[in-house]
Amino acid sequence: MALLQISEPGQSPAPHQQRLAVGIDLGTTNSLVATVRSGVATVLPDAQGRPLLPSIVRYLKDGSVETGYAAQARQAEDPKNTIVSVKRFMGRGLKDVAHAENAPYDFLDAPGMVQLRTVAGVKSPIEVSAEILRALRRRAEASLGGELAGAVITVPAYFDDAQRQATKDAGRLAGLNVLRLLNEPTAAAIAYGLDNASEGVFAVYDLGGGTFDLSILKLSKGVFEVVATSGDSMLGGDDFDQRLLCWIVEQAKLAPLSPRDTRLLLVRAREAKEHLTYHGEAQITARLSTGELVDLTIDTETFCRITQTLVQKSLVPVRKALRDAGLSPRDVQGVVMVGGATRMPQVQRAVGELFGRDPLNNLDPDKVVALGAAMQANVLAGNKPQGEEWLLLDVIPLSLGIETMGGLVEKIIPRNSTIPAARAQEFTTFKDGQTGMSFHVVQGERELVADCRSLARFELKGIPPMAAGAARVRVTFQVDADGLLSVSAREKTTGAEASVAVKPSYGLADADIERMLRDSFSHAREDVHARALAEARVDAQRLLEATRSALQADAHLLSADERRKIDEAVSALERSLPGAEHRAIKQAIDALNRATEEFAARRMDEGIRRALAGRKIGNL
Amino acid sequence: MSAAAARASTSSSHFELFGLTQAFAIDLRALEKAYREIQARVHPDRFAHAGEAERRASLQWTTRVNEAFQTLRSPVSRARHLLELHGVDVAFETNTAMPQQFLMQQMALREALEEAVARKDAGALDALRRDLERDKAALERRLAECIDRERDYPGAAGLVRELQFLEKLAAEIDAAYETIQ
Repeated sequence: MALLQISEPGQSPAPHQQRLAVGIDLGTTNSLVATVRSGVATVLPDAQGRPLLPSIVRYLKDGSVETGYAAQARQAEDPKNTIVSVKRFMGRGLKDVAHAENAPYDFLDAPGMVQLRTVAGVKSPIEVSAEILRALRRRAEASLGGELAGAVITVPAYFDDAQRQATKDAGRLAGLNVLRLLNEPTAAAIAYGLDNASEGVFAVYDLGGGTFDLSILKLSKGVFEVVATSGDSMLGGDDFDQRLLCWIVEQAKLAPLSPRDTRLLLVRAREAKEHLTYHGEAQITARLSTGELVDLTIDTETFCRITQTLVQKSLVPVRKALRDAGLSPRDVQGVVMVGGATRMPQVQRAVGELFGRDPLNNLDPDKVVALGAAMQANVLAGNKPQGEEWLLLDVIPLSLGIETMGGLVEKIIPRNSTIPAARAQEFTTFKDGQTGMSFHVVQGERELVADCRSLARFELKGIPPMAAGAARVRVTFQVDADGLLSVSAREKTTGAEASVAVKPSYGLADADIERMLRDSFSHAREDVHARALAEARVDAQRLLEATRSALQADAHLLSADERRKIDEAVSALERSLPGAEHRAIKQAIDALNRATEEFAARRMDEGIRRALAGRKIGNL
Repeated sequence: MSAAAARASTSSSHFELFGLTQAFAIDLRALEKAYREIQARVHPDRFAHAGEAERRASLQWTTRVNEAFQTLRSPVSRARHLLELHGVDVAFETNTAMPQQFLMQQMALREALEEAVARKDAGALDALRRDLERDKAALERRLAECIDRERDYPGAAGLVRELQFLEKLAAEIDAAYETIQ
């Protein structure tokens, strides 16, 4: 019988003392925050009991910010400063934004990502998203009664590296410890899989406000394995509203609309769309600022006809994912419907026909992603006992590659590779005596660079002069568990190592984050320094706790001398905690991290040994 | 390079990592089982709340385990890995000499593919895909004979190149579905 372990008093959290962790569904139209309480995932409502937070942010002249319903109420009257569907702009340049001409904003085409000019100054989509996340963080902290230890934020599975990086930056900016970026369909599968203890192949059809994802997963004994994912990051419920808006303008023979009238009619279009889900026809009435009265009736049949191409468009990625997975529609045991837009009967019908079975709708399509994210956050925060966790194996949605001669793309990591993943490729020089090489990192499936998304450009300098083709430059792509890429390059023939590591250019530099933080604090009247100190202490506590539990489990892997060095670093970190200097704490954290590196590596080896030993015994 | 990275990259063959015998014909279920058991121990999700050193070690190990799994799961890369362990380079890039008969057969298949695309005939693509799967299965059986029984590694290299050809064609058929839609 195994001996029961008892921890030193005050050194280990009591079992009931769970780390506060939340899952956040940062949606195009609505956002939600959820947590696991007493083993059950629940959405946290606001003080008025409303579960959703409309993803709307309004900037006011005095620098203050309104979010959610408050901002929604003013959207028609102040369209320029009231940002809706900001998710569509994350990690996007102005030319990538669909319907930019219909949007009532003052866009600024900045390098990399589009910016918005408001009465409170120029705002990046990251800052706008951070306001939504901040509102959800405050809601969660008020309702849970404490600081959050961490959050899982969901992203569309089809988000590229730039969009993911932007989302993670928004989380940091909102003061969240982002435990993981989780793909929305995968989050939905967790909620469904655990609710129904399902086994087999499932498809998740996720049509949100602005994005469409299709993931195919294999579920078996606590393992969620994504086998293929596909989608369209520019297709969602918003497009159905736009279609309806065009129909209204055409039917009522309206002249070009002011931003305010556009917003008003878009709101009416959305209401009509939602009404048509449960009724045969819908009335659209609006008094425009020109005095004109719009009064139209639309029936289901007309609505289906004008949106038919959108529904068909969503089926293309479905077929592609099935082919990538090597499956036919009949191999799929269940189709999970996620996202408010899947309530539309024509969508349900089309998906049902393709798979030859009725889609699953037993969880609220608005909440299922947040619930799954909360369950994953609970696991990642370490709140679940060992053995009760599940394993999640996700993939990258789009191939990552590098530009070669003639504007062609050499794919380095193919789409649907399980993450984390790394792949290296060798390149050589083109001219005699060439001492530098420039690299262009792209993402996408097309063969021409011009058709892919540009992620980063960087140069490797200091290559010793050699004949053309003699240098050997090894470029390594590493994708982490969030699906985020980092790239490094190294010249290796001469041993004179030139190396460079880059993060794709859409990501914010630490200096940008600091500036944005300062901006937001100047309104919130919080102290940046106090915040940094509090964060450093939280990081330190987390590391101390992790180190203690590692020592408790595997101290036998260390010699007395090694153990002493780690203990010293632990004490040094503990001593630094009461100090007022966040940098001193950060240094002590780094020192402890270095001191435990070898220990961490041994623990990992031990884990693999145990896994294999267990397997061999199981085979006997 | 960190301690874990050094270990993750220098550790033995992919087969050893999963506790499998070195062979072309492997039990895919056993591979999958070992893969999942190791992942359950090293995956970054198990270390999200741990210190930086452990998170980094976990990332490096998981990356290595994923790579090994991908290599062994696909017949072409599994065969290539096996031959490399026996000092034979398959040389996809430089050695393109193929038997005459095989090339003729490939040309015929490619013509059929082009015709199916021109006619936008999804049924013909389905038929091609089925034939190709049958050819691939036959080739894999021959590879197993050649590597596991006859231990003719240089001879196997030619078969691996043929299999690679078929894989490429399969990818082209898949891409063709998109162009005819």
